[in-house]
Amino acid sequence: MNQLGNWATVRLIAGREIKVRLASRAYRVLTIVMVVIVVGLCVALKLFAGASSGTHVGYLPADAAIARELPAVGTSIGQQITVQPVTDQATGEQQVSAGTLDALLVGNGQQINVVVQKNIDKNLGDALNVLARQAALDQQITRLGGDPATVLTQAAGASAHVTPLQAPYPYQTQQLILGIIAGVLIYISLMLNGQFVAQGVVEEKSSRVVELLLATIRPWQLMAGKVAGIGLVGLIQILVIGAAGVAAGLATKVLTVSVSAAVGTVAWLIVWYLLGFFMYAVVFAGLGALVSRQEDIGGATAPALVFLVIGYVLSISILPSDPSNHLVEVLSILPMFAPTAMPMRLAMGGVPPWEAIVSVGLVVALIPLLIWLAARIYRNAVLRTGARVKLRQALRAA
Amino acid sequence: MSTAGLEIDKVSKRYGDVVALRDMTFEVRPGELFGFVGSNGAGKTTTMRIALGVLAADAGQVRWAGEPITLETRRHIGYMPEERGLYPRMKVAEQLVYLARLHGMTTKAATRSVQTWLERLGVAARRDDEVQKLSLGNQQRVQLAAALVHDPSILVLDEPFSGLDPVAVDVMSQVLLEKCADGVPTVFSSHQLDLVERLCDRVGIVRDGEMVACGRIDELRAGGTERLVIDAPAAPPDWAADLPGVTAHTHEGHRTVLELRPGTDDQTVLRAALATGPVREFARRRPSLTELFRNVVNEQGVTA
Repeated sequence: MNQLGNWATVRLIAGREIKVRLASRAYRVLTIVMVVIVVGLCVALKLFAGASSGTHVGYLPADAAIARELPAVGTSIGQQITVQPVTDQATGEQQVSAGTLDALLVGNGQQINVVVQKNIDKNLGDALNVLARQAALDQQITRLGGDPATVLTQAAGASAHVTPLQAPYPYQTQQLILGIIAGVLIYISLMLNGQFVAQGVVEEKSSRVVELLLATIRPWQLMAGKVAGIGLVGLIQILVIGAAGVAAGLATKVLTVSVSAAVGTVAWLIVWYLLGFFMYAVVFAGLGALVSRQEDIGGATAPALVFLVIGYVLSISILPSDPSNHLVEVLSILPMFAPTAMPMRLAMGGVPPWEAIVSVGLVVALIPLLIWLAARIYRNAVLRTGARVKLRQALRAA
Repeated sequence: MSTAGLEIDKVSKRYGDVVALRDMTFEVRPGELFGFVGSNGAGKTTTMRIALGVLAADAGQVRWAGEPITLETRRHIGYMPEERGLYPRMKVAEQLVYLARLHGMTTKAATRSVQTWLERLGVAARRDDEVQKLSLGNQQRVQLAAALVHDPSILVLDEPFSGLDPVAVDVMSQVLLEKCADGVPTVFSSHQLDLVERLCDRVGIVRDGEMVACGRIDELRAGGTERLVIDAPAAPPDWAADLPGVTAHTHEGHRTVLELRPGTDDQTVLRAALATGPVREFARRRPSLTELFRNVVNEQGVTA
């Protein structure tokens, strides 16, 4: 009989985990569903973006002068507006009803009257209000004996001078979306694969096979093999989903950020998935060993889950509207929240390099400590079937 | 080479205030089948778990071939835990190959060995079924295969016969005897004392975490009282009451069971019996292991 080295043993155990996971229907279905969601999201964004490419406004001959200025005003507030002449009001209103026109100008060249189907598009309303105010101003200036054109040029030239002490990061909507997707993906992965580790530990405990295993191998080998196997399977999943997402985003041209930025996001995602997984998985393995029934896993892993959930919920609810939020900035450096908060920030961009390095460093430093702690709990609790083992007992017992 | 077997030397273990094992000592020599008997909670399972390194002893040592047992030597033990356990959702053959490989076998050797044992134990037809789909009896056979599949050089089996049907008991007994013939020291615990008596070379009786009797069954019997069973249908009920050396007599149907003082001449008894009429049966009854067990356990209970 051959000698079986430590790592050969761990590889053998990991191999079994991988085989079992890859063969499970739940795993394959979940991966496919996630790929479909990510690709579907890209397609949906594409369709949505195509539909709202601009606003079409019709105008009667009397409003030709106003209509001529409308596109320029629209551009200044970031709204694409196209105009087209309409022969008479009835035809125009028909087109508004049919949806080919978003609005119809029916004024007399002085006042701005607009007909819409139901509600006016907010940006179009703003643009028209600007024009209305300007028309009113022009009239007043002319009445006071001034030249509206001169006043306008002067006014346009005047603006407040802003001196930023810290250059703000120009966040792009695209990167924000990328960040949200990265956050959701990593959260689901950590949550699921972490739970799989706990379930796997409890399965061995409840089926009592663990005694047979531990008569041949050491507890740490069993724990390490399980964590490595499930982690690898999770990594394959996140790689498939990430690659499908980036490919779909670039193919549909929804993602106009450079390929390197997109790949960078995926690379960071993988780094943080691995860090987050190893950090949480060993803790879940230790906590899972405390209980003997699948129903009790939730309760046993709750203390660790809380950190995962808090990090995720705060990041996903704050970052999209406020990417440079201070609270999340702090959270993303703390090891227990970093795996969910940091990848989102990294995808959104504007993270100072030192923050990225420190957060990775802290997690890397914490992992050996957690492994030591979890291995101790695991070793002491995994053979005690029956009632839930108290955490303090598991830590103390030699 | 008598000391080259599995030695349990003064192993002690306590859980808080409860003493589970106190100086547990015995030895299983190569090629010897050792029966481990005792009431529930006497410490049999704890001893076996310590021998397998699943549990740590507070004091004492477990040795194999004169050397303290290590993880490497444990790989050569075939173990059947009291709490049966296999992965419920893993296929029978796949699982056994996996377990054999954990014990250091190559995939090829493991696959071959698994097939052999599944056939031997009569579950070859179920090799590609999930363990949880098997009947309890068949799961038990697979469990036994798990203990044997890596060709162990020591066998430690906790209650290997419980839950087996008579056919499986025969197969199991056969396997144990064969392994012994190959020189594998085997220790197993059981409550089926007739089986232990039939199979084992030596037995150990444990009580409250201590070995109270250990040796060959005829050695253990040596101290016991001698009994005679006589079937003399025509004899009056108290025919043997006044015979010299008879200390007690009881009736089992029309048989009379006599207890004799050591050194009493049984031929005197036979003559007395013949004097009453025909004698259909005249036999020495050696105390069974069950009786020895009861005696040992009760004696100790009184003196403790």
